[in-house]
Amino acid sequence: MRFLMTTNGGGPAPDEKLFTEMALFIEELTSQGVLLAAGGLDPKGTHVSTKGGVMTLTDGPYAEAKETIVSFALVEVRSKEEVIEISRRFWAMIGEGEGDFRQVFE
Amino acid sequence: MTHPDAHRTIETVWRLESARIIAALTRLVRDVGLAEDLAHDALIAALSEWPETGVPANPGGWLMLTAKHRAIDRLRRDDRFKDKIKDIGHEYADQQRVAVFTTDAEFEAVLEDDPLSDDLLRLIFIACHPVLPTPARVALTLRLLGGLTTEEIARAFLVPEPTVAQRIVRAKKTLAEKKIPFEVPPPAERADRLASVLEVVYLVFNEGYSATSGDDWMRPELCREALRLGRMLAELAPDEPEVHGLAALMELQASRLRARVDADGHPIPLPEQNRGRWDQLLIRRGFAALLRARQLGRPAGPYVLQAAIAACHAQPGPTDWVAIATLYESLAFIAPSPIVQLNRAVAIGQSSGPEAALRLVDELADRPELRGYHLLPTVRGDLLARLGRDAEARAEFAKAAEMTANARERDVLLRRAG
Repeated sequence: MRFLMTTNGGGPAPDEKLFTEMALFIEELTSQGVLLAAGGLDPKGTHVSTKGGVMTLTDGPYAEAKETIVSFALVEVRSKEEVIEISRRFWAMIGEGEGDFRQVFE
Repeated sequence: MTHPDAHRTIETVWRLESARIIAALTRLVRDVGLAEDLAHDALIAALSEWPETGVPANPGGWLMLTAKHRAIDRLRRDDRFKDKIKDIGHEYADQQRVAVFTTDAEFEAVLEDDPLSDDLLRLIFIACHPVLPTPARVALTLRLLGGLTTEEIARAFLVPEPTVAQRIVRAKKTLAEKKIPFEVPPPAERADRLASVLEVVYLVFNEGYSATSGDDWMRPELCREALRLGRMLAELAPDEPEVHGLAALMELQASRLRARVDADGHPIPLPEQNRGRWDQLLIRRGFAALLRARQLGRPAGPYVLQAAIAACHAQPGPTDWVAIATLYESLAFIAPSPIVQLNRAVAIGQSSGPEAALRLVDELADRPELRGYHLLPTVRGDLLARLGRDAEARAEFAKAAEMTANARERDVLLRRAG
């Protein structure tokens, strides 16, 4: 089963140490065959809304940084408990912040 | 306070971490059975402590450390181990390294001095050692590397649990009796040994991809387990083109899992599959793995060639059957088998027409290896149907239906025979 893990903005800014730890973690998950894709997102995004067939684009940034998704990882695991364990390790590195994981329907 | 979720967490952490723990301990005690026992002791400690104390912040690290401590206690008490150290000293000339552990710190140093990835690779080579019969290699690999329980392995392969348990016990005993070294094989043996590893992983994948028996045509969880092992292997042995070839082959085949069955669980043949349901991410990963194999610049082996064929099928637009027929010809040259010839005939049937292909299939008809192989009459039936020889085609489908042990596939064949 696949899960999309996301993190929101607003946490502490990453330092050199976190980058190194995260790179190792990503390498480990990749070599375990768990991590399928990951990436960071521009916090400035553009909001799209449609009403009555009319599309409106609104430039970010958003009022609250923590409302914005700033990174994602698509993982393939054997159970929900596995994604919880991966999250536990991930957030132990970050220290503080917010995010979600949601199952991807196949 | 008790923690009701602790058991599920422990099970999960065990599945994620057990391979590394067993691999690290095996390097130390040089006995995969003993290493697994020691790791299990740590698991039991977790089961008794975590429900009371809660899950530790670093559960994997907790298990590894506890396992190490159990190992120290056990080894100090065990006279056999002292003999073993002597043996190891004579055999590997690394008596210094495995010298008697007087302090925990020295013991830790021994555990830390090699990167874990080497341990994992060695564990894979042990689990797939040629002294073991193939079913034992499969069971041991899933158990030690995949962290699957005996019950899960039994369920996946539709064999009784005691059979699997016995296979694993015997395998560990054989490895100990034959004093199989915990090492990456020397260069002279490496190709053969690697072939044995790849065979096991692909066997697990295929059992999931085309279940040979039972009511389900596929067992996707087995495919994913094999895919995971294959991806792991590609990182552990990145200089081996065949490892990337196998990873590519499995990614590409797995990309079609969702499209291979209809709503009722009946198989859908490749040309009729809805390509929109193919998993583009896995296709891209498959192409990337195939590229890694080619960049190593060595002649293509059987897995690289099969992956190249799978890649042809995954390309958008009309299928290049001429290229596929050529690839099968190369495959038949380096890995001759009547099944490869049969597949080549299918490709020729598409590139040069059913008549040419039927001649090839008829040449294969008497091959003893294909006796009882239901795809021979299936292919023959297809070709006859395309030539308008409907009565003969139906007879072939009926014959094929009788041969297959898979219920779903039999349904499809009987429908074509009717």
